[in-house]
Amino acid sequence: MVTLGIPRALLFYYYYPLWRAFFTNLGVQVIVSPVTNKKILDSGLHTALDEACLPVKLFFGHVLALADRVDYLFVPRLISVEHKAYICPKFMGLPDMLRARLPHLPPIIDLPVDFHRPGPTLDDFFEAVGSIFTQDRLLIRKAFQSAHETHQQFQKLLESGLLPPEAISVFEDEEVTHRRGQDNFLKIGLLGHAYNLYDPFISMDLIGKLRKMDASVITADSLPPDLIEQRVKRLPKRLFWTLGKKMLGAALNFFENKQLDGIIYLTSFGCGPESFVGELVERWAKRRGVLPLMLLTIDEHTGEAGLVTRLEAFLEMIKRRKKNENHLSTYG
Amino acid sequence: MRITYPHMGNLYIVIRALLTSLGLELVLPPPTSNRTVELGVRYAPEFACFPLKLNLGNFLEARELGADTILMAGGVGPCRFGYYAQVQREILEDLGIKMEMVVLEPPDTNWGELKDKIRYLLGDRSWWELVKAIRFAWYKARAVDLVEERVLYLRPRVVQPLELENKYREILHRIDEAPDKRELDRIVKNFFNFSQRLPRKSGSFLRAGLVGEIFTVLEPFANYDLERRLGLLGVEVTRSIFLSGWINEHLFRGLLRVKGTKHAKKLAAPYLNSFVGGHGRETVGSTVDFARQDYDGVIQVAPFTCMPEIVAHSVLPAVTKDYGIPTLTFYLDEQSGEAGIQTRLEAFVDLMAARRERMRKENR
Ligand code: SF4
Repeated sequence: MVTLGIPRALLFYYYYPLWRAFFTNLGVQVIVSPVTNKKILDSGLHTALDEACLPVKLFFGHVLALADRVDYLFVPRLISVEHKAYICPKFMGLPDMLRARLPHLPPIIDLPVDFHRPGPTLDDFFEAVGSIFTQDRLLIRKAFQSAHETHQQFQKLLESGLLPPEAISVFEDEEVTHRRGQDNFLKIGLLGHAYNLYDPFISMDLIGKLRKMDASVITADSLPPDLIEQRVKRLPKRLFWTLGKKMLGAALNFFENKQLDGIIYLTSFGCGPESFVGELVERWAKRRGVLPLMLLTIDEHTGEAGLVTRLEAFLEMIKRRKKNENHLSTYG
Repeated sequence: MRITYPHMGNLYIVIRALLTSLGLELVLPPPTSNRTVELGVRYAPEFACFPLKLNLGNFLEARELGADTILMAGGVGPCRFGYYAQVQREILEDLGIKMEMVVLEPPDTNWGELKDKIRYLLGDRSWWELVKAIRFAWYKARAVDLVEERVLYLRPRVVQPLELENKYREILHRIDEAPDKRELDRIVKNFFNFSQRLPRKSGSFLRAGLVGEIFTVLEPFANYDLERRLGLLGVEVTRSIFLSGWINEHLFRGLLRVKGTKHAKKLAAPYLNSFVGGHGRETVGSTVDFARQDYDGVIQVAPFTCMPEIVAHSVLPAVTKDYGIPTLTFYLDEQSGEAGIQTRLEAFVDLMAARRERMRKENR
């Protein structure tokens, strides 16, 4: 059987169920790189450009973890996944960066996804990708259809409150170990790119840590996409980054969410778009003064101890605030 | 309305010609200085790109001189430049500074948006007057570029560099003041005549191409005066981006016949097979172009964390491998430090010289 490698990095957390369904239906065996570990990160750090951001370096590591084990690597050139918006310039050049720096890779499937302007559709993209493996047009269509359905189920799971890794486990027939923790004492809105938040190694298990500290989290991924679109429509200028829009829309939503106790924004050092989006969120949060916000910037040198200290301090602060508020309201 | 706009190399001369021909009142920010950087760095986000910080500093300094309206360009992604104005507006607002912002950019929904903005600037002047003003500004851009190209050629060659620099500054000043095209032509011709008479060194000179993000290429303050440093080290520099080329491509849709970046874009493949915003693709293509013309090396400049240039930089080793051309990349921001830059430049010049010597021997 032909094998295809999908790196567990970058947009994996949004599209893996879709990709996997498509390829398995075509009779291609999908192999995913292991969950991030030190070795994977280190090999990325050694091969990617120093100036690249952590997520891109990590992607290099995941590619290397697959390189010897698969016939093909799946690294679509993600120029634009929706009308009039981009992800990040680095996604556009990712296959080229890999090829220039890792000379002995198996063939990379790097067909472009570019929906910036009306024209090529997702259908066309998968048609082209499928024809690498089979000439059977009907089979490709069917595979695409079932992939599409899978993606919709995945979206539903997200909206029902599962986080992407948990929703992905559902498709992998793994046990979902998530406790819905609705009644945790604190509720935290968590912002950040999926590939940082949900990578337990990179985020130093931020989500697990928060849950242990008696906080439940809600992320941008649990909000319906329409709601986010609606929120960002209020911006004086349309934002042209897909992920940035997601963060801003979620932030605006969080600001108005009466149940939330605080927001944590996780960004990676040197991320271009985030340097702007994070700045805007921070300024708006300050101006409104309703919800405490903590910005956490990580890079390959961030230590776990420091993270824990900052988290504890932040949660302590909101707890105090919450108690005071309750206190006040009894008298007020 | 007292308009100001950010500095980018000698762009101020061109914009000044445009706006004053339209009878608008300007407040040019003082030349970018350490104070500009300090102001920008103090109020801009830490990880914003260097140009944003310098722009912000420019605005704050112009504000002190009474400017009330900011004119700047924008964009629709994917690089951050398209959102500069928005971030800057928020910063100014938090500082309690009220300035009108007119952002000229490709329209998001319809061309009416852009038209309205221009109308606003034009007041009761006609479109024909705008056309004339643009044409005049264009002549100034050409004049500046011709002089700069010449200076880049001359720097390693002249015996008395100071004389050249003084003359260069004087000529820029005169271009800035020139009232019409006749005078512009005269000034440029005069400079060329002067340059013929300058005593020169003999011998052959190293040639380096300069590529990268437009602001850091064109703004000597941002690139720590890299062109002059190289000139003094005996290197002739060729820039991949000139103002007039850029104006032609973005404003005139490439209608005029000046050297643009079309060619470079084509040469970027197979190293970089997609546009990546900013000047990333041109950086790669121009490097190939310089390599094919047997340049001794290529220097890339970019603001720290500039996404398109990081992509370009990532693939440059493949170009070096195929063509053997050495490249050097500088990521610039307020912390770059002059000393480090000078040392790295000197080492690179030595490398280029050694490589040329080796090739000369091999070819004998
Ligand atoms: S969005 Fe930011 S973190 Fe993600 S690849 Fe781009 S620069 Fe890196």
